[in-house]
Amino acid sequence: MLSRVAESVFWMNRYIERAENYSRFIDVNHQLSLDLNEEVPNQWLPLVHTTGDIELFEKRYSSPSPVNVIRFMTFDEENPNSIFQCLSRARENARTIRENISTSMWEVLNEFYLFVKDYRKVYLENAEAHGDTLSMGLSEFLSTVRKSCQSFYGCSDATISHDEVWNFSLLGRFLERADKTTRILDMKYFILLPSVHDVGSTLDLLQWLSLLKSASAHEMYNQKYKRVDPTDIAEFLILNETFPRSIFFCIQEMQEALEKISGIKEGLPRNLAQDATTVYLNRLRSENIKSIFDKGLHEYLDDIQIELNHIGSKIVERFFTN
Amino acid sequence: MFIADYSAKNIYDEMFSSEGYPRKSYDFVKTKMESLGGIELVKRSSSAERALMSLGITFTLYGDGGEQERIMPFDVIPRIVPSEEWISLEKGLKQRIQALNLFLTDIYGEGKILKDKIIPRDLIESSSGYLKQCIGIKPPKDIWIHITGTDLVRDGAGAFHVLEDNLRCPSGVSYVLENREVMKRTFPELFEKLNIRQVYDYPYHLRSMLENLTDVVDPVIAVWTPGVFNSAYYEHSFLAQKMGVYLVEGSDLIVENHKVYMKTTKGLRKVDVIYRRIDDTFMDQSSFRPDSLLGVKGIFEAFKRGNVALANAPGTGVADDKVIYSYVPKIIKYYLGEDPIIPNVPTYLCSEEADLKFVLDNIHNLVVKAANGAGGYGMIIGPKASKQEQEDFKELVKADPRNYIAQPVLNLSTVPTLIADKIESRHVDLRPFILYGKDIYVMPGGLTRVALRKGSLVVNSSQGGGSKDTWVLG
Repeated sequence: MLSRVAESVFWMNRYIERAENYSRFIDVNHQLSLDLNEEVPNQWLPLVHTTGDIELFEKRYSSPSPVNVIRFMTFDEENPNSIFQCLSRARENARTIRENISTSMWEVLNEFYLFVKDYRKVYLENAEAHGDTLSMGLSEFLSTVRKSCQSFYGCSDATISHDEVWNFSLLGRFLERADKTTRILDMKYFILLPSVHDVGSTLDLLQWLSLLKSASAHEMYNQKYKRVDPTDIAEFLILNETFPRSIFFCIQEMQEALEKISGIKEGLPRNLAQDATTVYLNRLRSENIKSIFDKGLHEYLDDIQIELNHIGSKIVERFFTN
Repeated sequence: MFIADYSAKNIYDEMFSSEGYPRKSYDFVKTKMESLGGIELVKRSSSAERALMSLGITFTLYGDGGEQERIMPFDVIPRIVPSEEWISLEKGLKQRIQALNLFLTDIYGEGKILKDKIIPRDLIESSSGYLKQCIGIKPPKDIWIHITGTDLVRDGAGAFHVLEDNLRCPSGVSYVLENREVMKRTFPELFEKLNIRQVYDYPYHLRSMLENLTDVVDPVIAVWTPGVFNSAYYEHSFLAQKMGVYLVEGSDLIVENHKVYMKTTKGLRKVDVIYRRIDDTFMDQSSFRPDSLLGVKGIFEAFKRGNVALANAPGTGVADDKVIYSYVPKIIKYYLGEDPIIPNVPTYLCSEEADLKFVLDNIHNLVVKAANGAGGYGMIIGPKASKQEQEDFKELVKADPRNYIAQPVLNLSTVPTLIADKIESRHVDLRPFILYGKDIYVMPGGLTRVALRKGSLVVNSSQGGGSKDTWVLG
């Protein structure tokens, strides 16, 4: 497989995964805001912190109003991570590797892109005519985004050979997913409760719940744990071995994909990207949630991100540049 | 609605005879379209357009209002070529390609046709498509032109003529295949009833033609594209996908020890056959244009040494020079001893003194074209040009007569075409695709390009032309 193609496949999947996560973040936060009786100050800003784009946001918008945050994360052309930009780039990548993917994959992605593009146009026109509004079928839009991402995954799963292209897809998808899971968990760090007495309050609980929902982990969590508890939630999202959005699961998938890419059966020498994932996976195996909390969750999540960046750069070095 | 306003007078119409009766080959289509009625036709047309949009068969327009993505205009009323006409076209095209290939072998080899003074040597040597670097080269299996798109037009009497040969990187075949897929969904009832010759196996013919160029077992084949910004990029990736071969850009390739490799996730991998969709002189900075950003250093030398096959071979451009074109009937006679089955359009060579005088005096009645122009650029349609434009063009011709030819304005044939919600007549040409491998294969049909502006004779997509599905009835 061409190195250039591997890189495009990798990024195409990262962008799709990112768009899916963004749509869930926004939707969950929107739903949460509808549940809260009184206005919680700065409810939307943590979302921007979570995505790591706070600087750009502050440069472009004067206040973290719901409308601004949503616009920034969905349709903003200047935000390289907005859903619209993710889709544009995923499609551009797909276009350059069109011969490596199936027509149905391309069609799903292309129609998806056209849908977002058209919706964006209507949204912006409406915003101009009537002032910004949230009541434009936002939930439905975000739900279509998620469904389209999932049909893209389903379609790739079912229509292309599970060979190199597929394994580079998984690398991109799971690296991005692990990154987003750390950011979701970290969101709670940025959400300030009105007062310290609110720890364990309904509001606190609601926020933890919405965090679970942001990771699409709500139902699976409930099957395993009896109550909403920060430690359990962190354990589930970091160390669970079977939940597909946990850090552990993502790293494990990446390790497997890397093994298949380098062809263990062919007895090829292991590479640095493989080594990095294996070392990290072993570390995760030896950890427990108590030690994580002792260290401080926020600091620990920072640590994960450093590991992910390290693995990511090894992948780039080994496969994409030669 | 369908015929009522349709007029096809003083012109050869593909569907209607001059008496206004439908031709035999169109009988069923005409009846069916009439029974569907205008509303249904418009409905099907827009659903066909939606399908093309979903498939992403689009190009990008930049203009006021920013970027706009459009589909290639596509008309749902098919153009039909009756089988008896097709049989003769097929023969004529094979004859032409065979002769042109012998011609290329000769001029880069012994040069007999020049010694015999059939073609003046200076015309060859002054052609921008002629590459000195190719002298003495023997391409695999002695084939130079593997893929050809020949443009055909009908004259007022309905006879087909070759308008030009495209022997370098002819494009449009992906539209033929995609248009057909869309048409099958749009008018299944027509396909059920009529025996329309299929085109879907073109990529298989293309692949086996490419495989024929090497003795390597299980060769690595690649389509070489200038990149995603090239206007034909869609076609490059389409063909790579349908053939199941690699699509590469110059930066994916590297030459080591006069062999071509591509950069893969597992290291370098040798490439045996390249279907290149990049112009000759951009292919290799070390042999041709040093300023090319798209090329691969050393690839021409690798080709010369027989380490990689290139389709089409470099240097074929000399044979689609519009001046050389005028000699093709003589070329056919010289190498094959036959008369051309499909005639050329009468052509004046501005390099000939008498012709030049005639062209300058009659520019208002002629089409004048640059010898190496393409895509509707570098030409003037005399009757449609202003006095000033005519005068300006005359200066261009006088400054470089070798570079210009002139032809009478052909009244291209017309086909009924859906324009908004009306059926109007529009001019068309036809580009069949020919593959030269073990045998010569002519795809049954080809790309019918249609000039969408009323009265316009310019069918090039770069000039706002559209396309139609072409049906050869078996």
